[in-house]
Amino acid sequence: MADQEITLMKGNEAIAHAAIRCGCDGYFGYPITPQSEVLETLAAEKPWETTGMVVLQAESEVSSINMVYGGASTGKKVMTSSSSPGISLMQEGISYMAGAELPALIVDVMRGGPGLGTIQPSQSDYFQACKGGGHGDYHLIVLAPASVQEMADFVDLAFTLAFRYRNPAMILADGAIGQMMEKVVLPPFKPRRTEEEIIKECPWATTGRVGGRKPNIITSLELRSEEMEVINLRIQAKYREIEEKEVRFEEFMLDDADYAIVAFGSAARIAKKSIEIARSQGIKVGLLRPITLWPFPTKEVQKLAERVKGILSLEINAGQMVEDIRLAVEGKVPVRHFGRLGGIIPDPDEVVDALKRSF
Amino acid sequence: MAKMKGATVVDTERCKGCNLCVVACPLDVLALTTKEVNRKGYNFAHEVLADTCTGCASCATVCPDGCITVYRLKTE
Amino acid sequence: MTREEIIEKGQVVYHKPTLLNDTPMHYCPGCSHGVVHKLVSEVIEEMEMTEKTIAISPVGCAVFAYKYIDVDWQEAAHGRAPALASATKRLWPDRLVFTYQGDGDLACIGTAETIHALNRAENITIIFINNAIYGMTGGQMAPTTLLGMKTATCPYGREVSLHGYPLKVTEIAATLDGTCYVTRQAVHTVAAINRAKKAIRKAFEYSMQGKGSNLVEIVSTCNSGWKMSPEKANKWMEENMFEFYHLGDLKDAGADK
Repeated sequence: MADQEITLMKGNEAIAHAAIRCGCDGYFGYPITPQSEVLETLAAEKPWETTGMVVLQAESEVSSINMVYGGASTGKKVMTSSSSPGISLMQEGISYMAGAELPALIVDVMRGGPGLGTIQPSQSDYFQACKGGGHGDYHLIVLAPASVQEMADFVDLAFTLAFRYRNPAMILADGAIGQMMEKVVLPPFKPRRTEEEIIKECPWATTGRVGGRKPNIITSLELRSEEMEVINLRIQAKYREIEEKEVRFEEFMLDDADYAIVAFGSAARIAKKSIEIARSQGIKVGLLRPITLWPFPTKEVQKLAERVKGILSLEINAGQMVEDIRLAVEGKVPVRHFGRLGGIIPDPDEVVDALKRSF
Repeated sequence: MAKMKGATVVDTERCKGCNLCVVACPLDVLALTTKEVNRKGYNFAHEVLADTCTGCASCATVCPDGCITVYRLKTE
Repeated sequence: MTREEIIEKGQVVYHKPTLLNDTPMHYCPGCSHGVVHKLVSEVIEEMEMTEKTIAISPVGCAVFAYKYIDVDWQEAAHGRAPALASATKRLWPDRLVFTYQGDGDLACIGTAETIHALNRAENITIIFINNAIYGMTGGQMAPTTLLGMKTATCPYGREVSLHGYPLKVTEIAATLDGTCYVTRQAVHTVAAINRAKKAIRKAFEYSMQGKGSNLVEIVSTCNSGWKMSPEKANKWMEENMFEFYHLGDLKDAGADK
């Protein structure tokens, strides 16, 4: 089976191939290191000649995200990708899409900040991804891949969740996952939906008043406070449902663990090696890897706090996810953070040292 | 000789009394009310020289709110 | 012959376009927006494109355009309408896609989106209402405010040393290879309104023929912002705006594309 063929590629390339294969209708992006291979791969693959997918290099991230806003408004499966500074620029459009309840995929291949920062890997966009990085009360559905395989697999998953809840979804990868080459089995080809299917599946979409139906309006604007509150409450209810149903995580050697590391993406890979080293020294430690950063696996962290003596949040940042862990743990056990900054990926040994220092 | 006779019907509740139709009418058919107002409190356009209207529709064309419907009939 | 007889037996020579619904428009009395809304509605109706139109509204006075013209609308963030339109048209090539934007939206915060969408030859139309002032926020200086013109943020008149020069976006658009039809119109008289309607129709048709991007600027009044009666605002526009913003076609490459 050609579809099952194992290939070797970068995480960024896997995103592009998976997009074409999952029936994505349009990609709109702007080059920025370390994710430019997404647009480069799409440009080289020319999907407009095969699946009919639109690929467009915009004049800025601001424009890219607003192209996604327009495309998503028509019910099409559209996406963009960028890296941290570009995502900061996109936050206005992301807020509008969350407000207008539009399904779309945003890929953030994180680099270190603040400001122009560095082009090296980082996980310091946890806040702007998970806390609603723009204005207003909103959330994105945030998936954190830890391998090139997950980069490929999460494209379709993100679109599925985005359309299920009419909410933008984000793949929050770090520069290491974007740039590393690994073996990957690309997902099978799925045809793009026909216009008739889109009109049927997305009766809210601005596709033109086909069949003389009443006009569809995509907007996030409502000047009447009472109405705006109703809209907000409806969106919040949707978020509670997502929190209830869509939490995803991986557990690793937690059964007998005295201590737990919580880590996502590249940090989770480092954590596994650190756990091996620690266990060889007689320290029983395991890993909880959130796959959805929002909704955060709050209940799982709570359960963890019932049975371990301490939790270490391992992040490639100055300590962002650790806040959500502490909120979940409610002081039951000590929660510490360890991370490296400036684009440095922690070494497994220094993680073990941090474990020993922390507890 | 054939002559055009016109008539205008103003949606007085929609009218905001901007006076642009009054200015546009070449035959001074329309004017704003001076005392009477609509539910929004605007003086509204109405015919004051109805007989002279030729149905040229200038008033309706310039009306920003689409308040005016114009009818025209050819008479001998 | 009585008025009633004319109404009963005569033909309707003008009626509000049916695409313009009965919702009272929030625009100030005499505002040019209403006339342009009527023209857009009439053209869509006459082209029989009601079921195939996707429009993008701006941030500014026309933000609520979607409440009045009964087609599908996307309400964009400030200045970003051309980006939404670009994607929409590329994803639905047989749809009539246009944006409706004011001078603050198009010529200031959204200049990049405007220029690049036009120059990519997106098969869309941009309708640009230029009244040289920010209407919705209460009459502040626009990029198109004339020198010497007083606004809430240049209360002593626009000065080059303080504020720079007014921007002629339409002239810039005419130099772009991506544009097909670039024109500047007005809607202050019956004749001007008829010309503006023809321009909108031409732009829409070119966009559907895949000839590239089209920009229809409508030099407009903002009688509230200018603090004049609608009638005086029209006169002021003729005497001051037209001198700087010349009316007419700046580019019509329809035959060559």
